[in-house]
Amino acid sequence: MGALLEVFRRPDFIPLLVTHVELSVVALLLGVLIALPVALAVNRSPTLSAIAINVGNIGRAVPSLALLALAFPFLGFGFATSLVALTALAIPPILINASTGLRQVNPQIMDAAKGMGLSARQILARIQVPIAAPIIFAGIRTSAVQVVASATLATFVGGGALGQLIVLGFQRNQAAIQIAGALTVAVLAILTEVLFGFLERTFTPKGLRVARKRRGK
Amino acid sequence: MPDVGEAAQAVESPLGLLQDLRPKLLDWGWIGENFGDEILPALIGHVYLSFVSVGIALLISLPTGVLVSRYRKAYAPVTFFTGILFSIPSLALFAFLVTVPGIGIGPTAVIIALVAYSLLVLIRNVVAGMDSVPEETKDAARGMGLTGRQILFGVELPLALPVIVAGVRIATVTIIGIATIGAYIRGGGLGELIFLGISRNFPTRVIVGAVLATLLAVIADLTLLALERYLRPWARARRA
Repeated sequence: MGALLEVFRRPDFIPLLVTHVELSVVALLLGVLIALPVALAVNRSPTLSAIAINVGNIGRAVPSLALLALAFPFLGFGFATSLVALTALAIPPILINASTGLRQVNPQIMDAAKGMGLSARQILARIQVPIAAPIIFAGIRTSAVQVVASATLATFVGGGALGQLIVLGFQRNQAAIQIAGALTVAVLAILTEVLFGFLERTFTPKGLRVARKRRGK
Repeated sequence: MPDVGEAAQAVESPLGLLQDLRPKLLDWGWIGENFGDEILPALIGHVYLSFVSVGIALLISLPTGVLVSRYRKAYAPVTFFTGILFSIPSLALFAFLVTVPGIGIGPTAVIIALVAYSLLVLIRNVVAGMDSVPEETKDAARGMGLTGRQILFGVELPLALPVIVAGVRIATVTIIGIATIGAYIRGGGLGELIFLGISRNFPTRVIVGAVLATLLAVIADLTLLALERYLRPWARARRA
């Protein structure tokens, strides 16, 4: 236990933690900024939506280490390489959930909105996006947890982050460093899961929550 | 009087030499030479790791899922526990496992981690599959005089199969991805090419490992998707 606490007091612990969070937050933000506009843009065409969802599905199958490894020969060692790979990793879940969520909105509701004289843009902003919000947020949550977990692997391509402690522990054969690193990463991942679960519930529009309760879910 | 051209060449040649020393992105010659004794074994090792892990995970998840679908109170704690396992980053889980006495570095630790990661998805889908069986169908089976065991194996599990296969698909793709990281703790597989390529600064190895791992995951995904559709004849009939 004392050995573990000593690891947390290492001078490089806080910088590595900061790098980990920085890498994850920026990658997730970039992922959202890329995936959401694409999902909104393809929303009106069933063909384009299907293409986006299929590309997302294949993208999800790509192993995270493979993504980092593929970025490495082109971009070399460093933070940027990890950032590019993690952003690519963040896109598919958001793209899939946003595209399917927007398309799954009940057509009768859309018809009613059209009948009330709302323009296509108004329908998207006031009807589709709020109704799809919980599904979109579930996608962002999946991405967030995946990015935080995969940021651990950034150390293999020189991106720093908490994986570096785990690797250091292995190299020096010091279980305390290894476990302290693993523990921090695990707590960070679980915290992300909890935080985004909370955000998901907060961003569910009141009307949807009422409707869900009424249906007894 | 020295030849200017020659001097220029003398200056240029070290640069040219340096350029040759910079590793090529893809060295096809290396791939051809090492296909049989390095690439193919890594690929087979990867398939083996993934298959064994999904198999063991299914052996645990099927009975657990069936039990949980009957005793609903157990569902929340089971998904909570397996959910926490699922959200632990793989490198962290490997780091924990290798320090456990009796496990240590090697394929065993990797397989334990891969099984742990599959449990959430598999159990959840077994339960969802059992839930998807219509109550009327079970009633009809009961009315026909089938025993509980006959209903489970003859009616419920076959009808739940497409949903279970959907879970196997997600679990398999996840496992193929995480198995690459397992090479760091000597689990073997395609990750070995990636790690070795990075440490020796040899891009060809890295690209071969990463591309094969990706292909393997995508092919497994599409194959299991086709199986899932095939097992849902009623959905096919409705579409037609």
